Amino acid sequence: MNSTNAASLEFRNRRSRALGVFAKNWALFFLLFLVGVFSFTGRGFFSVNNFQNIIHLSTIFLLLSAAETYVIITGGIDLSVGFVMGLSSVLSAKVMQVIHASGAPQPTSILIGSLVGIGIGLVPGIISGLLIARFKVPPFIATLGMWGITNGITLRICQGFPVSFLPSKLTEIGNGFLIYIWPGKSFSFFHKPFGVQNAQIRELVRIFPYSLVFSLIVLFLLWHVLKNTKFGQHTYAIGGSMDASVRAGIDARRHLLMVYTLSSFLAGLAGVFNVFQTGIGNFTPFNAMYELFAIAGVVIGGASLMGGKGSILGSCVGVVLIRLLENGLSISGVEPFFRFIAVGLILIMAVVIDQLFPELF
Amino acid sequence: MGYMLEVQHITKRFGGLVAVNDVSMGVNAGEVVGLLGDNGAGKSTLIKMVSGVYHADEGKIFFLDREIRISDPMDALGLGIETIYQDLALAENLNVYSNIFLGREKLRKVLGFIKVLDHDLMLSESRAILNRLEIEIPSLKNKISMLSGGQRQAVAISRSLYWNAKFLIMDEPTAALGITEQKKVLGLVRLLRDQGLGIIIISHQLHDIFSVSDRLVIMRRGVKVAERVTKDTNPNEIVSLIVGAETVRR
Amino acid sequence: MVNTTDIKSTKRLLLFLGRRWALLFLLFEAILFSVIARGFFTVNVAQIIFFYGTSIFLLGTAETFVIITGGIDLSVGFVMGFASIVSAKLIVFLNNSGLSPGLSIVAGVLITFAIGLIPGYVNGTLVARLKVPPFIATFSMLAITHGTSELLIRGVPATNLPYLANAIGNGYFIYYVPGRVISLFVKPVIERGEYFLELIPNVVVFTFIFILIFAFILRWSKFGQHTYAVGGSVDAAVRAGINVRKHLVKTYMLSSFFATISGTIYVLQYVTGKADAGAPFLLDAIVAVVIGGASLYGGIGTVGGTLLGCLILSVLETGLRVMGVPTFDKYIAVGVILIFAVLIDQFFPELTHKGD
Repeated sequence: MNSTNAASLEFRNRRSRALGVFAKNWALFFLLFLVGVFSFTGRGFFSVNNFQNIIHLSTIFLLLSAAETYVIITGGIDLSVGFVMGLSSVLSAKVMQVIHASGAPQPTSILIGSLVGIGIGLVPGIISGLLIARFKVPPFIATLGMWGITNGITLRICQGFPVSFLPSKLTEIGNGFLIYIWPGKSFSFFHKPFGVQNAQIRELVRIFPYSLVFSLIVLFLLWHVLKNTKFGQHTYAIGGSMDASVRAGIDARRHLLMVYTLSSFLAGLAGVFNVFQTGIGNFTPFNAMYELFAIAGVVIGGASLMGGKGSILGSCVGVVLIRLLENGLSISGVEPFFRFIAVGLILIMAVVIDQLFPELF
Repeated sequence: MGYMLEVQHITKRFGGLVAVNDVSMGVNAGEVVGLLGDNGAGKSTLIKMVSGVYHADEGKIFFLDREIRISDPMDALGLGIETIYQDLALAENLNVYSNIFLGREKLRKVLGFIKVLDHDLMLSESRAILNRLEIEIPSLKNKISMLSGGQRQAVAISRSLYWNAKFLIMDEPTAALGITEQKKVLGLVRLLRDQGLGIIIISHQLHDIFSVSDRLVIMRRGVKVAERVTKDTNPNEIVSLIVGAETVRR
Repeated sequence: MVNTTDIKSTKRLLLFLGRRWALLFLLFEAILFSVIARGFFTVNVAQIIFFYGTSIFLLGTAETFVIITGGIDLSVGFVMGFASIVSAKLIVFLNNSGLSPGLSIVAGVLITFAIGLIPGYVNGTLVARLKVPPFIATFSMLAITHGTSELLIRGVPATNLPYLANAIGNGYFIYYVPGRVISLFVKPVIERGEYFLELIPNVVVFTFIFILIFAFILRWSKFGQHTYAVGGSVDAAVRAGINVRKHLVKTYMLSSFFATISGTIYVLQYVTGKADAGAPFLLDAIVAVVIGGASLYGGIGTVGGTLLGCLILSVLETGLRVMGVPTFDKYIAVGVILIFAVLIDQFFPELTHKGD
């Protein structure tokens, strides 16, 4: 082989490898591309405030997508996360409201309410998990059933109205930041610097909202478990081949039960987060389709609905991509319906790319 | 010592169908036994009872002179009885060393107490065993879906060996392989036999069975119809036993 | 003394009943509501049940075909909404351009039918050609049709349809004035205070005709046969020479077509086009199909089964409404019935294999 052939071969190899890297991380590149585009088309897009805003609103979706990531990797699906979130939101708010109204100090009511909300998140997951693992009900059906049941129960609890009259400290925590900087004057941790009037809050630069900090911790744990532990490895194995896993001695039934319980638990956590962020207990509106967007985030992030593929990091990118898209489009003055169309198109693109470069993942 | 693995009067029913009917047979250490029979003869069901996938309805299983109860695959694996199925039971989406350690992953401690998958160890151990068996797989980090049939078979065998299999069950090991790869797999089987493993092979490829096995057990419709020492018989006799031209019980 | 023939015939009886558990459940439900809810067992309520069931049933039939092939169509709800908007706007436009109401309705509807095939074509192409999982493809289509619907409407609902539309949509097949007149389709002149009966809403007639046609197709035509084949094993279908890709595209187009029909009927009934007109029916449609015996893995299902499922849900919702129970419980009930239906299929597989 003469040198020009070797050189061009090397070049082609490198080029296809580069193409591969690009394709594998297309969502990330696309995200950056969008950031660039929106910075031009939208005033105020490229600012710390706006980015924090995006992340703040993404918190819930990040948790829901992380939940779906595990489930989807096993080859299943969880359609109930949106309403489980609503259930825990409403229930924890109700508990907080009742305890607070009875005169107990705020921290107590908040704490107990949160624990109840997080705890109730486990229940639908255990039921779905049992149905799926033990009774071989297809995940689509089992979680669809829970979808309806949790929604009905939620509405029953709140009678169709959001739960309010909650302790005021709630939103302080939910919307608080780690660092407050008063440009040129002072900075402080955990609360706004002394001497700042309410009217002057706009001047503050606020960094690291609590919601982000908590989410990052949770996401980090989930990432670690999926990537570095037996549990994570078995999750991929079951998704790749249920048969192989069972014959290798993995207790697939118990594992599936745990995965669906985890998913539901995270949805419950998201519900409690929601209460902290908004200050009220909100049931999930019928048309919100949270679960579908969570699933979209996971798929855009590289997972396959057949199972065996996916990652927490990818799902996060997928979620942020969707949220960023929404934010950017609305700041740029684009009408809401385009947002739907855009998400739909991106989703299709994600899957098609996945098809074209299967060996990379 | 008698047989390494022995089943006595073992029976398995599925509803009204008797898949395995009062079968008794044994395999010695350092011996390859070919389990033959037409489709529906009960071969797969029989080995699945030994590997823990099914429970026997009647009968006993003995391993290394002790009666054993096998209630699930983990029991069999724990005893050193490894099974390589026809479809190999590998996870396509995981890489080579992950499959070798599937279900029995190695962990290491980070920061003193956090248990994490030990990828490096699993990789090096896998490399070692594949080398010992003289199997060539360029990169162990490749996913199974990228390997050839023979390479996959080799991975499945390595998995069993790593876990110190004392007894190996192989279901149609050469079915999907090309000639060269078939020869390699059969060579591995002989190697393992010489190391003292007891091996049962189910296969339809008579010439493979004849080239590698010491004894043959023939089943038909759930019943053991004959046993032969390989060098004392010939393919024609075996075929007629499988099909049922003569039913001679020995 | 019990002899074996008694046992055998008891077993056969149980099997016979078990196979028709959905039917029995429907009867049980109907009787239950008749007893508990006042005013349930009337002709009026029966008509409501059928009215409500129409939408679910059209979407359910759409899903039946798709689910039998092993896929799913999440976009039917919003295609229905899309069709309602398109047809409403078309009818108004044609009417205002000088066409007679009757003609503009017919033309508008037909054109909408044609346009309504597009989402289905896209779905089918994505699934069959680009190998996009049906869940994703149809979810994307849901989003896209939703967006397009909003685009068309731009916040202004599509209304001002000619009165004829209303008359057709809310009209009945039979008008009976005792002792005087029986008239078909056209409402006779009624004296004030005179007693008359309206039977069988027009929409039910239309739907019924469509049902018959497509149930026939599914059961007895090559297309139907191929649908089951593809659902059973794509591989086997391909090797048998079936053009699976084309078939899938046709299947999703059919689904879209049904959603479109449902959308146009919606316009005739409510004289307005709404983007999310079909959204609440999606869940019911899928549940109905599953209750009716279909498997989400494909290969099994019938139009009749879906009909049964739709009736069960329709009776349930109407019954709850008549009783004044808030709709919350409906979700719970539907969820429970769904799981129950699947469990029955699991534990008694003999029940789903008809004619064994």
